[in-house]
Amino acid sequence: MTSSATVVPTAEKGTSLGADAWRRLKRNRVALAGGIALVLIVTACFVLPVLLGMDPETTDPTRKNLPPSLQHFFGTDTLGRDYLARVLVGGQTSLLVGLAATAAVVIVGVLYGAVAGYYGGRVDEILMRFVDFLYGIPYMFLVILVMLMFSDTERGNPIPVFFALGLVQWLAMARIVRGQVLTLREREFVLAARVTGAGDMRIIVRHILPNVLGIVVIYATLTVPAVIILESFLSFLGLGVKLSWGQLVAEGVSVVNPIDSYWWLLFWPSVLLALTLFSLNFLGDGLRDALDPRTRR
Amino acid sequence: MNESRFAGAQWMAIGVAVLTLVIGLAIGWREAAVIGLGTGFIAGTAWWSAAMVRVGGSLMLAGVVWIFAAPNLGPGAAALVVTGVAALTWKFLPTRVQRRVCFMLPSLVMLIFVTSMLMYMAPGNPFAQEKVASPQVEEALRKLYGVPRDPTEFFIIYMKRLVLEGSLGPAIKVQGRTVQDLLMPALPVSISLGLLALILACGIGLVLGIRAGLKPNSAADYSSMALAMVGISLPNFVIGAGLMIVFSLSLGWLPVAGWGGYPHLILPALTLALPYAAYIARLARGGTIEVMQQDFVRTARAKGLSESTIIVKHALKGAILPVVSFLGPAAAGILTGSFVVETLFGIPGMGQWFVKGAINRDYSVVLGTAIIYCTLVTAFNLFVDLAYAWLDPRIREER
Repeated sequence: MTSSATVVPTAEKGTSLGADAWRRLKRNRVALAGGIALVLIVTACFVLPVLLGMDPETTDPTRKNLPPSLQHFFGTDTLGRDYLARVLVGGQTSLLVGLAATAAVVIVGVLYGAVAGYYGGRVDEILMRFVDFLYGIPYMFLVILVMLMFSDTERGNPIPVFFALGLVQWLAMARIVRGQVLTLREREFVLAARVTGAGDMRIIVRHILPNVLGIVVIYATLTVPAVIILESFLSFLGLGVKLSWGQLVAEGVSVVNPIDSYWWLLFWPSVLLALTLFSLNFLGDGLRDALDPRTRR
Repeated sequence: MNESRFAGAQWMAIGVAVLTLVIGLAIGWREAAVIGLGTGFIAGTAWWSAAMVRVGGSLMLAGVVWIFAAPNLGPGAAALVVTGVAALTWKFLPTRVQRRVCFMLPSLVMLIFVTSMLMYMAPGNPFAQEKVASPQVEEALRKLYGVPRDPTEFFIIYMKRLVLEGSLGPAIKVQGRTVQDLLMPALPVSISLGLLALILACGIGLVLGIRAGLKPNSAADYSSMALAMVGISLPNFVIGAGLMIVFSLSLGWLPVAGWGGYPHLILPALTLALPYAAYIARLARGGTIEVMQQDFVRTARAKGLSESTIIVKHALKGAILPVVSFLGPAAAGILTGSFVVETLFGIPGMGQWFVKGAINRDYSVVLGTAIIYCTLVTAFNLFVDLAYAWLDPRIREER
């Protein structure tokens, strides 16, 4: 039933699937706002610290725990470091972790899902049952175990984090791609390609993968927030990278109490983290609605 | 489709070979051999015939029962029970479930192996943090706790102890206690926390989702989905800290943290439940919208049934189906989240033992928690599967 629904937009002459989707996305104000907010946040995190020469590590014992002021927009932390700089630089890490892990997720998940869906039968069964099995493991296990392997030597190096987070997030991607490929391989153009003598590899790479690209993009946008959240869990447990939103939030949580509250230490990173995740989720949902009209009501 | 039964098997073989080669080059050939044989065996189960699956599955289940029964009942009674279990499962358990068992149990064993391998690769070892001991003392300790220098040997000792004695081994870092001693008091805490969270997630999620799905694009829809978005977009330790500040510190209604009875469970369970409630709400919304457009709902309306009867008798099932298939991943996720929530609220559950064990390199504690968690989730998944087949007759006769 999915296949018949996805034929409709491509069959129309005049507007391509992409143009059609873009038109629908532009009409979706929430998704558009999410996209704009995302661009702003990314620019702020990566451009502002360089432009203004901010330093997240300089300590100043005379300016400890200052609330937000004109001089320090976000206040200062317990060591007198400028919190705006810390939040922005922390954002770089979080966004990079999200992007890099997602790239790994896309590569592994798409290949795995495509092979499972294309061959079907027993291969599909065993590959997907393996995915089910990994799904059944509380994924924090895998992440913590992998992080452990690098823990003492590479403290603060984000590469193991990418690796560990990518390791657990590819499962959903593989499932989705597999489901799509399962219906795509029955379509006429695959048959046509096979008749002209194309091999399995060629059919997968040239004919099937371009058709799942849309849904891959959607789930990639939804994977980034999932990875960022997971990274913040790791930071909270003390296993994350050196300076990220997750770590700032975790430190913020530890200093909050009703008597002497340095609320800004929790507030700013939480707000930026939530804003980014909101934007990504809204954008992902908007993309899904735009590219797959069937889910739109 | 007239595909050969072995179509694509070459890819599986290549995959296993590549895996073996990579592990052989990176870690060691003995580990590679175990992994290659293990994954090869597990992959091979897909090609087992139904009869083989029934026999294999029953035998494996009987083996698990033996591990539990033998130390408690003695070998004679245990043998009796095990024979009974094997016969009953062989006769009555559906082949679909048997197939899963044939895959899951060997996978659990592989998981134990892979976990031990990863732990051995991590820098440090359980004896490294002690006052510098002479090599002889370290060797004696390693022998005492059954932790040789080689992961494969460790795995063999561990599995022997598990299968023959039904024991998870001595805790290395907590002297004089076994892993069971440590984990058994923590298990009910974690289970009640997880179950309560799961119930809360389903309850909140279903109510919000169905409410939204019955009137798409209404105020009720937007408010529910906005709430769901908050649940998905905030890390749950932030939500937890917020709840703690509001309900415990400001209002003083509930205890702040720690453990001491059911009021202590409410906030952590709520924290744990919210992200999953949000996902469930979205799934239930989609399911409700889908089912309300079905012909049988129109028929029910045409018959003159009241709207509430239609919802309860016809639409509810459609809304619940996608949620049921999400319950498995949700359970795994809730257990994962419990690591964080247990730390935040200072609850003496299993998650804390895992994190502590991982940081202290206490191999047996890590493996013990891993085994218990994974068995719980696997069993739960199997149960969900059966429930799903019961709810949706279309998939009942598969395979």
